[in-house]
Amino acid sequence: MTATALLPVFALMTSLTAAVIIFALPEQKHRLRTFVNLTAAILKLLLVGLMIRGVFQGKAYGIAFPMIPGVEFVLRADALAMLFAGLSAALWLLTTVYSVGYLENSPNRSRFFGFFSLCVASTLGIALAGNLFTFFLFYEMLTLSTYPLVVHRGTEQALRAGRTYIIYTLAGGAVLLFGIASLHVLSGDLPFRPGGHFADMAPDLQMPLTIVFVVLIAGLGVKAAIVPLHGWLPVAMVAPAPVSALLHAVAVVKAGAFGIVRVVFEIYGLETAGALGLLSGLAAIAAFTILYGSVMALYQSDLKRRLAFSTVSQVSYIILGLCLAGPVGVAGGLVHLVHQGVMKITLFFCAGNYAETLGLHRIDELDGAGRRMPGTSVAFTLAAFGMIGTPPLAGFITKWTMGTGALAAGMDWVIAVLVVSSLLNAAYFLPVLRRIWFGEQKDPWREERQWGRSETSAWLLWPPLVTAGFLLLAGLLASAPFSPLGWVELIITREVNL
Amino acid sequence: MTLWLMAGLLFTPLAWAVLTLLTGFRRGRAITWLGIVIQVLVSLALWAVVAAEGGFQYPLGGWQAPLGIELRMDGLAVTFVLLTALVAAASGLHAGFYLDPDKDWHRYFWPLFWFLWAGLNVVWLGNDLFNLYVGLELISLAAVGLVALGGQSEALRAAIRYLMAALLGSLAYLLGVALFYGQFGSLSLSGIASALNQDIAVEGSGFALILMFFGLALKTALFPMHRWLPPAHGIARSPVSALLSALVVKGSFYIAARLWLELGATLGSLALAQLLGVLGGMAVFWGGWQAFRHSKLKQVVAYSSVAQIGYLFLLFPLTWNTTEAVIIQAQQAMTLQVISHALAKAAMFLSAGNLILSVGSNRLNALAGVSHFLPFSLFSFGLAGVSLMGLPPTGGFAAKWLFLQASLATGQWWWLVVLLGGGLLSAAYVFRVYRASFVEDSDIDHFFHPSRRLEIIPMILALLSLGLGLMAEPVLSVMALAFANGEGT
Amino acid sequence: MTPFLLYALAGAALCSIGLFGFILISHLLRKLLAFNLMGSGVFLVMVGLAQHRSGPDPVPQALVLTGIVVAIAATALAVVLIRRYYHLSGKTSLEDPAQNPPPAPGPRQAREAPHE
Repeated sequence: MTATALLPVFALMTSLTAAVIIFALPEQKHRLRTFVNLTAAILKLLLVGLMIRGVFQGKAYGIAFPMIPGVEFVLRADALAMLFAGLSAALWLLTTVYSVGYLENSPNRSRFFGFFSLCVASTLGIALAGNLFTFFLFYEMLTLSTYPLVVHRGTEQALRAGRTYIIYTLAGGAVLLFGIASLHVLSGDLPFRPGGHFADMAPDLQMPLTIVFVVLIAGLGVKAAIVPLHGWLPVAMVAPAPVSALLHAVAVVKAGAFGIVRVVFEIYGLETAGALGLLSGLAAIAAFTILYGSVMALYQSDLKRRLAFSTVSQVSYIILGLCLAGPVGVAGGLVHLVHQGVMKITLFFCAGNYAETLGLHRIDELDGAGRRMPGTSVAFTLAAFGMIGTPPLAGFITKWTMGTGALAAGMDWVIAVLVVSSLLNAAYFLPVLRRIWFGEQKDPWREERQWGRSETSAWLLWPPLVTAGFLLLAGLLASAPFSPLGWVELIITREVNL
Repeated sequence: MTLWLMAGLLFTPLAWAVLTLLTGFRRGRAITWLGIVIQVLVSLALWAVVAAEGGFQYPLGGWQAPLGIELRMDGLAVTFVLLTALVAAASGLHAGFYLDPDKDWHRYFWPLFWFLWAGLNVVWLGNDLFNLYVGLELISLAAVGLVALGGQSEALRAAIRYLMAALLGSLAYLLGVALFYGQFGSLSLSGIASALNQDIAVEGSGFALILMFFGLALKTALFPMHRWLPPAHGIARSPVSALLSALVVKGSFYIAARLWLELGATLGSLALAQLLGVLGGMAVFWGGWQAFRHSKLKQVVAYSSVAQIGYLFLLFPLTWNTTEAVIIQAQQAMTLQVISHALAKAAMFLSAGNLILSVGSNRLNALAGVSHFLPFSLFSFGLAGVSLMGLPPTGGFAAKWLFLQASLATGQWWWLVVLLGGGLLSAAYVFRVYRASFVEDSDIDHFFHPSRRLEIIPMILALLSLGLGLMAEPVLSVMALAFANGEGT
Repeated sequence: MTPFLLYALAGAALCSIGLFGFILISHLLRKLLAFNLMGSGVFLVMVGLAQHRSGPDPVPQALVLTGIVVAIAATALAVVLIRRYYHLSGKTSLEDPAQNPPPAPGPRQAREAPHE
C-alpha cells in the first residue's frame, strides 16, 4: 500500500468516517458535530487538492481488489475524475457551512448531517470509480443516502416526494444494472479506459452493443433528468434548501451526467458511439430536454420549482456537448459540469436565504427583496446572468465553447438550440431579477427573522457570495491552467484522445 | 486436533441441550453463553482447518457407513457451520436479554435452541440421506417448540400448523429415501451418484427425487406451499423468528440443493428444473406483494422471507444442463444468497423486535417518529433492508449479480424479470417501513428504550451482511476449494 | 412377486390412505393419527422394497427403528401442542380465524398478554 493507493481511499474515508461519527453523536452535541463536519470537509478538500496536483503532474492514483468473482472494485483518480471530485469537495465544504446555518434549531440534525456525509462520500466514489461496476456501487449508495434527506421534513408532501424520487431512481438503477450485467456477459469486466473498448468490435456485436447503450443511457438518464425521465426532480423540491442545492449542483443529477460521460468516452469511445449512430439520437434528446426544461421553467411560480426545471434544461448541455464529438464541443459540455454546479448551487443558496430569512417561496412575493437582502440578491443576480450566458460569467464560457464546437462539427442546428435556450433563460430569470431589484414591497415579509445589522446569518450569507465569486472567476480566468476550462482541456488532450 | 474439534462441534449442542433442560432460565442463560463461546471457537477452528487443508470425511466414532454415521466436512459445509454459529450466537445472546426471565416456560428456549443447533450441524455435515432426515426432524421439532414458546393460543395455532407441514414434508422425503434405498441399496449421496453413473436402471428414481423435492420444498416454504411460514415466523418471539428465517428454512433447502447438484444431472429434467425456478419466481413476487400489503411489521419481514427463499430456487434451472463455469457461478450465487439472507434477515427480525419493544405495537404506522428515538435499531433494520433489496455493496447484491450473470450466460433471460423486478418489489416494502418511521406528525408520549446490548447485536449482523458483498471473493474462494475436494469422494 | 414386494405395496397403500386422511380431516388428533398411519406405510415400504431387491438386510431395520423413535417424538410433541391449544382456545381444529368469528373462550384463557 503506497501513498498513491491510499490517497483516494483516504479521501473517501473522510466523509464516511464523518458520517459514522455523526451518527454516533447524540443529537444535542451541535458544536462537536459542526466541528467534525467542517474538519472532514476541509480535510477532504485538501486531499482532493493534493490529488489534483498529482494528477496534473502525471501521477496515477488508484487501488483495485476483487470483490465478486469476475468483478473488481477499482478506485482511480484520472483527470476526468478530479474534475468531478474537485467540484464535489469544494461545494461540500460550502454546503456544510450553509446547512449549519440553515438547520439551526431544527430537529433531527444528527440524521441529516450523517446522511449528508454519506451522500458526499458516494459522490466522491462515483467520481473515482474506475469501472462501471464500482460506479454502480456508489451510484446506488447515493440513491439510498439521499432519500432520508429528501424526506427530511417528514411532512406528507415530503414523504410523497420521497416516494416519487425513490421509485424513479431505483427503477433507473435496475435498468442500469441490467445494462451493466449484459455488458459483462458480452465482454467481461470493463475498466474505464480512454478511447473505450470497442474500437475494433466484431460486426455481430453491433446490435447487442447498441441495445445495451440505450439501456445504459436510460438507466443513467433518470438521475441526469433527461426528458421524459425527469419527473422526480421538480417534486423533490420539498427537501431543505441545502439538499436541493446539493442534489442539483453536485450529487444526483451530476452523477447521472457524469455516468453518461464515462460510458460515452471510456466504455464505448466517442468514435465507436458515433459510428453506431448513437450520438445523433442522444443529441436530439438532449436538445429537446434543454428546450422543454426552459419552457416548463417559464410556467413555474414557485422559485425552487423554476430553478428545478432550469436544472433539467441545463444538465442536458453537458450531454449535448459530448454529442458534438469534437475537442471544442466536448470541452463546452464538460466544463458545464462545473459551471452549472457552481451557478445552480448559488441560486439554490439564495432561494434558501429568501425562504429562511423572509419566508418567501413564490416568485411574486420577491418584490423588493433586493433592498432587504443586497448580498444574497447580488449573488443571485450574478448566477442568473451566468445561466443566461452573459459575458464574462461562467455560463458564457460554456455557451461560447459549445457554439464554436458545433460549428466545427458541422452541427449548426445546435447554435439555434443554444440561442433559443438563452432567450428562454432570460425570459424566466429576468422577471425574477426585476421583482427583486425594482419591485415595490407590497406586503410585509411573511416570516421575517432578524440577525442584527446583517441581512441574514453569516453561515447563510457567505456560501452564495463565495460561489458567486467562483463563477465570476471561472469566466474571467477561463484561460488559466487551473480554471475549469483549463482543466477540461487537459482532460481532452490527455484522456479523450480527440 | 480435528477429532476433538468434530467431537466438540457435535457433542456440545447435545450436551448443552440436556444441561439446560435441567435448569431455570437464568442459569440456563449462563450455561448457554458459555456453550456459545465454545461452539463459535470450534466452528472458527474448523473453518481454519478446512481453509488450510481442504475438506475431509469423518466417520463418527470410527464406525463405517452404512450403519455408522459418516460426516462430510467440506468448504461449503464448514461455511454454513460458521454461519450457523454466528447467527445462533447472535440470536442466543439477544434472547438472553430479550426474553422475560420471569415467565417460567421461557426456560425451555435454551434446550430447544441447542437441539436446533445440533440438528443444523447434522444437516450441514450429513452425507447419507437418512441422517439428513434425522437432522431435518430434529430441526423441525425444535423449531416448532420454539414457535410455541410464545405461549398464547395464536402461537400454538401457528406452531401446530407448522408442525403438520413439517411432518408431511419429512414423510415425503423419507418415502423418497426408502425408494432410493430400494433401488440402489445405498444411502450415501455419493454412492447413489456413482451408481447412477454406471447406468444402473433408473426408472422410477425420478419419482423418488420428485417426492423428496416436494417434501423439502414444503419445509422450505416454497410458493405455493408457503402458507405455514408467515404465521409461524410472525408470531414467534423475535430471536426465534431470526433463527427460523435465517437458518431453519435453509436446512431443507441445502439438502435439496445437494440432491440436485449430485443427482440432478441424471435424474432431473428440464421441466423439473424450470418448474422449481418458476415457483421460486412466483414466490419472489407473491411474497414481495404480500409483504407490501401487510400492516404488521413482523408479518412484512416474514413474507419477505418467502420472497427471498424464492431466489434460492433459481439454482435449479441455472445449473441444469449447462457448462461447468455457469454451474459454479449459480452455486456461488446460491451460497451468497443463503448467507446474506441469513445475516440480513436475522438482523431484521432482531431489530424489528427492538422496534416493537420500544413503541409497544407491531403495527407499521406505530413507527411514526421512531427515528427520533431509536435511530440505532432503525439503522440496523435499514442496512439489512439494503441487503434484501439487493443493492450494492451488500451480499444480497453480490448474489443477485451472480444470478444475473448465470441467467444471461445460459440465455434464460426470463429470470432477469424475477431478479430485477423482485429487487424493486422488496425496495417497495422496505421503503414502506422507512417511510413510516420518517413521519413527523406523531404524538408518541411513552417510549421504551431497549438496552444498548439489544441494539448492538442486530447492527453487527447487518454490517456483516453489508460487508459480505465486499468480501465475497475470499469467502467464495474457501467454498470453491471445497467443491473440488468434497465432490464425489 | 415376492412377499416383500407385497409388503412394499401395502405400505404404499397405507401411505395413500394416511395422506388422504391427513389432508381431508380437520380434527387435529385424527390428523395426527393419519400422519402415524402414513409413517407406518413409509416404514413398510422401506423394509419391503429393500428386502425385495437384495434379500434380508439389517440396514433398513435399523433405519426404521430410528424412524419410529423420531415419529414417537414428533407425535408426543404434537399431542402436547394440541392439548395446550385446546385448553387455550377450546378448539380441536385449525380453521382460519379470519373466516370465523372469534371463538368462545376456552376452558383456560391465556393470561399472559404477549409483548408482540
